[in-house]
Formats: sequence, structure tokens, C-alpha cells
Amino acid sequence: MIPAAFEYVVAHSLEETVGLLAKHGSDAKILSGGMSLIPAMKLRLAQPAFIIDVNGVSGLEYIREEHGELRIGAMTREAALERSTLVKHGYPILFETARVIADPLVRNRATIGGNLAHADPANDHPATMLALGATIVAHGPNGDRLIPIDEFFPSFFASALEPDEILTEIRIPAPGVRNGGAYIKFERKVGDYAIAAVAVNLTLDAHDTCIAARIGLTNVTDVPARASSAEASLVGHRITDQAIADASRLAAHQSDPKSDLRGSAEYKRDLVRVLAGRAIGRAVSRARGGSH
Amino acid sequence: MTQTIPMTSSAIGGMGHSMKRKEDPRFLQGKGNYVEDVTLPGMLWMDIVRSPYAHAKIVSIDASKALAIPGVLAVITGKDLEAYNLHWMPTLMSDTQMVLPVDKVMYQAQEVAAVIATDRYIAADGAAVVDVEYEELPVVVDPFKALLPDAPVLRTDKPGKTDNHIFHWEVGDAAVTDKAFADADVVVKQDIYIPRIHVASIETCGCVASFEKTEGKLTVWMTTQAPHAIRTVFALVAGHVGLSEEKIRIISPDIGGGFGGKVPVYPGYVIAVAASVLIGKPVKWIEDRMENLQADSFARDYHTTAELAATKDGKLTALRFKTLADHGYADAAANPSKFPAGLYHICTGSYDLQAAHVEVDGAYTNKPPGGVAYRCSFRVTEAVHAIERMVDIMAHQIGMDPAALRMKNFIEKDQFPYKSVLGWEYDSGDYHAALQKAMDIIGYDDLRREQLEKRARGEFMGIGISSFTEIVGAGPSKDFDILGIKMFDSAEIRVHPTGKAIARFGTKSQGQGHETTYAQIVAQELGIPMAHVQVEEGDTDTAPYGLGTYASRSTPTSGAAAALAARKIREKARKIAAYLMEVAEEDLEWEPGKFTVKGNPEAFKTIQEIAFAAYTNHPQGMEAGLEATHYYDPPNLTYPFGSYICVVDIDAGTGQVHVRRFVAVDDCGNIINPMIVDGQIHGGLSMGLAPSLYEEISYDEAGNCLGGSFIDYLVPTAVETPNWETDKTITPSPHHPFGAKGVGESATVGAPPAIVNAVVDALWHLGVRHIDIPMTPSKVWKVLRDHGVTG
Amino acid sequence: MSMRTVNFTINGEAKSVQAESRQLLVHCIRETLGLTGTHVGCETSHCGACTIDLDGEPVKSCTMFAVQAEGKSLTTVEGLAVGGTLNPVQEGFWEEHGLQCGFCTPGMMITATALLRTVNEPTETEIREAISGNLCRCTGYVNIVKAIQYAQRKMHPTPAPEAVLQGGD
Repeated sequence: MIPAAFEYVVAHSLEETVGLLAKHGSDAKILSGGMSLIPAMKLRLAQPAFIIDVNGVSGLEYIREEHGELRIGAMTREAALERSTLVKHGYPILFETARVIADPLVRNRATIGGNLAHADPANDHPATMLALGATIVAHGPNGDRLIPIDEFFPSFFASALEPDEILTEIRIPAPGVRNGGAYIKFERKVGDYAIAAVAVNLTLDAHDTCIAARIGLTNVTDVPARASSAEASLVGHRITDQAIADASRLAAHQSDPKSDLRGSAEYKRDLVRVLAGRAIGRAVSRARGGSH
Repeated sequence: MTQTIPMTSSAIGGMGHSMKRKEDPRFLQGKGNYVEDVTLPGMLWMDIVRSPYAHAKIVSIDASKALAIPGVLAVITGKDLEAYNLHWMPTLMSDTQMVLPVDKVMYQAQEVAAVIATDRYIAADGAAVVDVEYEELPVVVDPFKALLPDAPVLRTDKPGKTDNHIFHWEVGDAAVTDKAFADADVVVKQDIYIPRIHVASIETCGCVASFEKTEGKLTVWMTTQAPHAIRTVFALVAGHVGLSEEKIRIISPDIGGGFGGKVPVYPGYVIAVAASVLIGKPVKWIEDRMENLQADSFARDYHTTAELAATKDGKLTALRFKTLADHGYADAAANPSKFPAGLYHICTGSYDLQAAHVEVDGAYTNKPPGGVAYRCSFRVTEAVHAIERMVDIMAHQIGMDPAALRMKNFIEKDQFPYKSVLGWEYDSGDYHAALQKAMDIIGYDDLRREQLEKRARGEFMGIGISSFTEIVGAGPSKDFDILGIKMFDSAEIRVHPTGKAIARFGTKSQGQGHETTYAQIVAQELGIPMAHVQVEEGDTDTAPYGLGTYASRSTPTSGAAAALAARKIREKARKIAAYLMEVAEEDLEWEPGKFTVKGNPEAFKTIQEIAFAAYTNHPQGMEAGLEATHYYDPPNLTYPFGSYICVVDIDAGTGQVHVRRFVAVDDCGNIINPMIVDGQIHGGLSMGLAPSLYEEISYDEAGNCLGGSFIDYLVPTAVETPNWETDKTITPSPHHPFGAKGVGESATVGAPPAIVNAVVDALWHLGVRHIDIPMTPSKVWKVLRDHGVTG
Repeated sequence: MSMRTVNFTINGEAKSVQAESRQLLVHCIRETLGLTGTHVGCETSHCGACTIDLDGEPVKSCTMFAVQAEGKSLTTVEGLAVGGTLNPVQEGFWEEHGLQCGFCTPGMMITATALLRTVNEPTETEIREAISGNLCRCTGYVNIVKAIQYAQRKMHPTPAPEAVLQGGD
């Protein structure tokens, strides 16, 4: 499988990238990790005329806490997220997400920014970022623009990035007291997209009443989406087995999966229920300070 | 009869030693030579345009845009080949299949045209812009519907063909079987479907065809498991255009996995050859993974209705299987020609059954041609799956432990050689010992107790057994041929003056380690250190004729040929030794490596001394040299066997089946290299696991191939694959020269029913009787929900 | 056609090659440089037969363009043995029968070598996860795991018992 011919341009700075995007418009594609783009090009499903390689733009690979946020550079490789002790101990939901993306070799190249900018509802980071309430930093001709994750996936396979913008950073609020999160993916085998996956991030008060909850779903909706009714059913209530079961059912109800080789729609919907139950349970355990 | 093999020193490295492989240094350093590594001066590349439709008339092919691309030299269509009458070719089952279509396509991804260019990228660009206009035709996907009277007739190329029926084949006594069923206390019946799967060797198929005009010689490096048979097929197909067998050289270089998928002749090979002959330059064709999965021969696709009868105390009395085989648009299986359903009638398995009747019908559909192999060529997997499932169903039905029911019905050790009711003569076996060993290793009784406890807690744990009998080493020339060529195999050994040797074979390793195991056989028989025995295969200009490597036949046939060729050499060596020491031949005793004068251990001649003499000081009147060739026609097949036990846990929430443990006790007779045999079993088990839980190629109603890339064709990784536990019993084959049986496919044949039996065992109490493979999470979830488990 | 000059180091040797923008790195390695030990087994980044080491990380060279190798340091299977001596992973694969047809082996060994460079004592589970981007159809992975464990023992011999007692977390 051979990609169609294209013009290759190396960008050395964000300004240069934005300029190239402005010049070539929709004929151009940004090459970051390339783990989704290059296979699509080999299958000739994507035939961009220009490839703008941003691997040479420095300063986009970092994981650091500042201003009460975890800030991740868009070019940060999934493998770096997996290896980060800050992520592993401080943001176990993100650790759990990174380590189930594709396979280890792919994760050495794949970037968190690419995973999000591709806006594929089957990708893993969107659900997690929805659960974490992340903010996306987009850089364009007028500098940086902050996009709440809830507004980042407007329609099928589309992101809120303008054609002349590049995703540069992801900002995640630092977890507060009695906050816990979990990402549980069920896949057919390593390297596959999720049959379904559920990301849960919630906060409990001292009496185990849920005071905040966000739940993201993977590969069971047309666009990456939250299970808002499930979230609402948790907030303001003590977390009991019944509350978890109720929320899980609502999450399943809110999913809208399609039948395919991964399974029937009916199966996937029930899988959302099962995984939501397990993910909420794990998130609660973490919020209570239990084992990760 | 017991055959014991004397153990040689590790310096000689004969049979029974786990010698490190001789072929490994080149593979470990990236110096293997696979087809894609072959590059010739002036070599062109070929890319293939394929049909998006499963059944369609070709209205027109417009290659003008492709030909306008600089570097595109030619676009070859069926019409071009038709001019030379090369647009059709025979299959190995004496059916016919298209090389390139002239009027219609019969399956999605069928070859439609070939683009020849100076570079692979340009060839791909050309293939992308060949415009083909199609007119869709009604598609036949379901083989049952294919046989209905109103089904469209697919093979309109066959004069007088009025339906899609390929063959009917039956064996066994129907009347006796019917009576046994009528008299039975208990009858169980089950529909079992074994879906299409694909070998998916990590190396795809391909070739480099090089026609040298001045010599008129065609050399083809290709991914083939059977180079000689391919050469003969090429000579038969293209004889009329001047390709003569002595001018054809097929070279099978290192092969990146075969498993039967590299036995057939695919259209791509033939087109590349035609292109090279027409253009006069070498042409390389390497298929990509999607072409490999979507267009190459598949395996299985058997729809069976199985019935088994027994007395109420668990004595099995009769078996009745009726099967519909989906062969795609051509019967391109690679069975011995006498057996359209392969050796499916091994389906009485390891049990002493007195009545059996088996029927198989073949049907054409709009799918790729085949019925070949997936690490088992001759339908043994399908047979074993059916009998081992039915035995388990019977055990559960009458409330008997599945192990106990097997023990009660096994063919007894002293019944061998055992003539089965369907006509096979099993050479040797001790089925009770193998199952008992597997039960002891896994702790069967403890597991049954654990299962009861778990069931009480609402957890799903199952234990599954499979006690299979394989049938390999085809085969005796009386019954076995492919396209008329008898299924012997060969070895040629030459001992050099300094006592080193070269051995050549008609088979072709695809990872089995022939360069090592054949050298060990020669070492065992001649006492020449295996390090000094060079093994060559795969070049038809140098190797003796043979039918190739598939169906676990290399050790039973070429391995035997090696031993017998070596024994011919030994007999000549005895004469030379007698001459050198001036004693009578009968006064000499052989031990590996030397002839010693009886009663005088100081008086001996080593094989190296004898070899030197064979060229420097041989007896007057004797031919010089020390070499021999043997074509081995096996007197019988060999019947490896084993008992496997699998333990699974099922996640009721997700439907996931987790294989917790898997114990495999195999018996392949005497062993050449224990390390290699273990490796074969590990690989075979993995290719038993894969179709049980993951792999399937299916089609939608329009005939679109589902599962045609590694995105959806789920080859298991190290994470999904359990840590296989292997052990063995040894029951030598009485008729094989050194008591060995084949082993390459045993585990792929034996593993799937153990896994299915374990899953059904976990769910039987819910009312579950059977689950077809692959037992995907989605499928198992549905079974659970249909039986009231909410998870 | 857009050709570029690409400079990189491969197996310790500096190279300067001409590459069309769209040329896949694996084709550059195999066809331009003639290093055919790196293989191609699929086009969807699933099989890992094309795995090479890129600046210390195993990556799939069928899912990179050759032009992206500019300035990088690459190691292929041909670069694993030093001075004709097999590296511990190669030795382990030979000793433990970690290969059969040999087609996945170069990629598998590149991945294993990188693993053992970063993790001293991987568990069996960690080994299996680390090689889960490399498909093998022949071995059932059992002996590949053993081969990597062999290499691990060779590279990091078991410490004396006292040291073990002091360890732990």
C-alpha cells in the first residue's frame, strides 16, 4: 500500500506552521505522530497535497503542573505519558488511557495532540479529556485560543480547530481533595479500537456524597460525548451500589453505538453499562483514597 | 512394535537432541533471503487492480490514464492473456480458475488487471487510475442458498453446468448407521459451523519472475511450499506457449510462514510470469496484507450437522455427519485428488465406533476460491472439531464426566494397528495414557471441585478436553496424488571425501527448521555430526522431486527418505569398511559414526575414513563416491494424537473468555528435536486459539469481505496468547523408518474443541449446548443474556 | 516528483539518501540502502515486522516517511550484533528457539532490545505487553518470552542474595 504523492514541508516554529496552514488551507495536513494519518494515506483514504511536519517544532513535548493545572504539550508521545510518574500517580485516569492506545510501538510515535485533533470518537483521549474537563489550547494567526473540551468536538470527525490553527497544549485541572478518575477500555485485542470504553472523573465530599462527576464515552457515539444524565444522577447523591448501577444504566442509555464487527449495538450498549459500573467503582475507590 | 533410537553423542547431534537451529544465525542477523529481498537488474514491479464487486460483468477496462504515467510500461488484462490462452488455469483439485477475467468477476478483490512499472510506487499510482466499468450481477454468498433451484448459476464458463453444486462425497455404511441410531438409547445432534479463516503468515505471497530470452529459461523466486509441483503445473499450463519443464526453475527462498497458504498457484504469480515473458525483464509482485487476506485461499467454511449415538451408560455406538462445504467460486483445495473432502473421514477420532456415515457436498459461491489450509490441509480440523464437540455434548447429556466418557470409548492400546469403520488403519496409539497425563498435570479433580464452588457463587468457569487423533504424512501412492503426481517425497545425500555431507529434499521449510532436523536424521543414521550436514531445499534445479511441505508430511515422508537414503549409504560404507579392514561385511558392527570389527573394538573405520576411501581407495569394481537418493512411498499414514485440557473463566459482564490454563500432551512418536517439536506445538496451539476466539473472514450480503485487513482480522498478540503448558507421551509409529509421526498441525487441529468445550462446560447448566467459533465477547455476551445472565 | 536529500545515521554509519517525500522509511531502508532484514507484513501498523529503533525507541518504519528520519539515529536488525558477536537478545532467541520462520524476528528483537535497555527486570506480563505490537504467527510467543528472559539474565545477572534482601519496596 503506497500513499499518493505529496509535497513535504518541515515547520520549525508555530508561526511557520500557522503560515503554512493559512497558505495551503484544506490541501494541507499536519503530521505529528502520523499514526492515524499515514495509514489513511497508505490506503489512499487521505490524499493531502501538502504535509506539514511539525516534529521539528520545539517546545511542544512536555508534561508539567503549573497554575493548578496539568499542562501537556501537544507533541507529547503517548509513551511519555505512560512513563511519567506525575501522570501515573497524580492522574491515573490519564495513565490508564495512554497505556491502552494501540500498541507500545505505535505509542512511541503517537501524540496526545494528534489523538485529540483527529476527533475520532474511537480514539481514547477524547473521552478522558471530556471526563477531566480539559481545555485545549489552539494556536492561530492571532495567538492562543482556549477551547473548552466540551466545545472541541462539534460534529462527526471534526474538531473546533480553525483551518489555520494548530493544537499546542492540553490543560487539565489538578485533582482536588477526594477526586478520583478511571478509564476502562474493552477491546477485542491489543491494537484495536475500543468496543467501548468509559472514562469517569468524580469528586466526593467527606460523607461520600458525589459533588462533581464527568463521564466520557469512547466509540459508542458519533462524536466524543459525555454521559450527562449519568453524571447528573450521581451528583448530589451518596455513592451506593444502587447509585452506581443507576448511573451505569443511564450512561448506556445515552450511548448510541452502531453494530459492526466489534459487536452488535445491543451488546455495546450493555457493555457501556458494565464498563461504566466498573469505572465509577474504581474512580470512587480512588476518590476515597483507596488503592489505584 | 517399539522402535528405540540409540542416542548419539551431542557432538554428533542425532535424534533426540535439542540442537540449536542451523538456520538461525542468518535470521538473527537480518540475512534471511525472502522473496521480497530478491532484486535483479532491470527489475520491474507489478501491482494489481482488483474488483470492488463480488459478482459483476466487466463492461470495459480503460488503462489510458495509467499508461500516461511516466514509468508505467504495460497494463495487462484478461484479453491480453486470452490471446495466449493463459486466462484460465487449473486448480490443484482439477477445477479451473481465472488468471485474469475476460468477461466477469466472481468475488470481491479478484484480480482484474495488472500494472507493470519501473517502480512499486509508480505501479501503485497506475493501478489507482485504471478505470474499470462494471455491471453488477446477483451475488451468491450463502452456500445453502447457492444450491436452491432458483440460485443464479455462477460457473457459466462450464458448458452444461446448471447449478452451483461441485461434488457429493460419502463414506461409510448408511444402512448400518441408521440402524445403530434407531437402536440407540441416546442421540445428540448439533449444527456446527467452522467459519472461513486465513493463515495470515506474517510474510504475504509474492514472486520475482525472470524470463531470460536468449536461453529461453524462466526462473521464478516465489513463496511456495511445493516448488516442484508448481514447476510441473507451470509446464502443463504454459507448455503450449513454449515453456518446457527443463527450462523452468522455481526457487523457494526463505519463507516467512506458510501454514498451507503458500501451496496454491495464485493468479498473481502467473501474471508476473506472463509479464516477464512478454516484456523480457524480471517482474516482482508482492501482495499487500489486504490482498493477502481478501484474495488468497481461505480455510474451513464447513457447515456440519453432526449426530452421535450412545447407550445410556455412555458407550458410543454410531456417528452421522452431513456437511456442506463452501468453496468459493472454484474448488481450489489442495487435497489428494481422490478425496474431495480431504481426510475428513478421520472423524471417528480416538473412539472405537462401529458405525459411521459421512456425507460432504461442495458448493460454489461468490467468494475467493479455495478450501485449502490453516495449518491443516486435509479437513482434519473440521473432523476433530465435530467429533470432539459431539463427545462432549454426549457426556453432558447423559451426565457423565467428559473425561470418563472418553476413557470408556477410546480405542485400546492393544487394538493397534486399528482399522476404523471408515477405512483408516491407525498405526499406533495410547490414548488413555495421554489423557491421564494431561489430567494429572492440570489437576483435573481439583479443577472440577473449584468449578462447583465458583458455580455456587455465580461465576463461570469451564474445563474442556479434546482427545484428538491426527492423520498425516500423505501419502501412500496407492491412494494419494495431487493432479496425478503421487505423494511420495525424496532425499538425496552426498557424502564428500572429507566426511562432510550435503542433503537435498523435495520439501520446503517455512519455519519448521528442516535445515536442523534433516541434518539430525542424517547424523543419526551416518554418525556424521549434524554440524557437518548441509541441508538444501526449494530449488527445483538442484533438489530431487517432491510434493513439498504441508499437511505435516515432511518428517513422515522426506524425513523417512533421508533415513533410507542414509541407510543405502551405510550399506555401501559397510562394503568399503570391510574392504579397508580386510574382513567380511557380516563381521562388522555399526554404531553411529563407525564400523567396528565384532569382538575387536580397536579395529574400526570411521564414516569419515570410509568417505575418504570412497573417493581415493575404493574397491575395484565398485562405483566411486558415497551418495544415495531415495524416493519414499509411505506404506501408511501416521496418526499423531494428544489430549488437551483447557480451563476458561468467562466475564459475564463483557462476554470475554479468558484462557486461564491450557495443558497439551502430544504424542508424535519418536522425536528428532524436542525443542523444535515444542515450538511447533506452541505455534499450533496459538493457531488453534486464534480461530476459537478471534479470527474470522465473513461476508455481507453483497459479498463484501469483512475482516480483510489486520484491523479486523484479529491475529492474537502475546497478550492474548496464554503461556502454553506442553508435555508428551511417545508411541512410535511402527511403519516409519525411525518411528516418527508428523506434528506441525496437531495442536491447531486439537486445540479449538478443547476451548469450545471449556466454554460450553462453563455454561451448560444454563442450558447452553454449543457455541460456534470464534467465541467473540459479543457472541458470548448474547449467549449469556439469552440464558438470563445479566452480568 | 518531490525528491529530497535525507541525512541520518543507520547502524552507526552516516548516510545521505535521495527520497521521494512519500517514500516510506521501510522502503528506504530495504530498497535504497539494501538492508533487507527489516520486513513488511501489513499496511495498517499492526504487525511490527518493520520495527526499527529510532533514537532509542522501537517504532514501525512502515508508518513513517523516509524524510522524517532526517538527523535521526536508526538501528535495524543488521546493527544488533557488534563485531560479529550476537547481542544478548539475539543469543536468547537462538538458545530458546524464539524464532521459526524468522520473518517477525528482526522487529521482535529490536523491540526486546529496547525493552531491556529501559527495564532491568521485566515481568512476564511486562514482556508480553512490550511485544504486543509485534505479531508472530509461528512461535505462540512462549519461547520469545523465554528468549527475552534469557537476555535479561545475561544482561543483568541475578544479584547476590544479600542484595536481594536489601531490595524490595
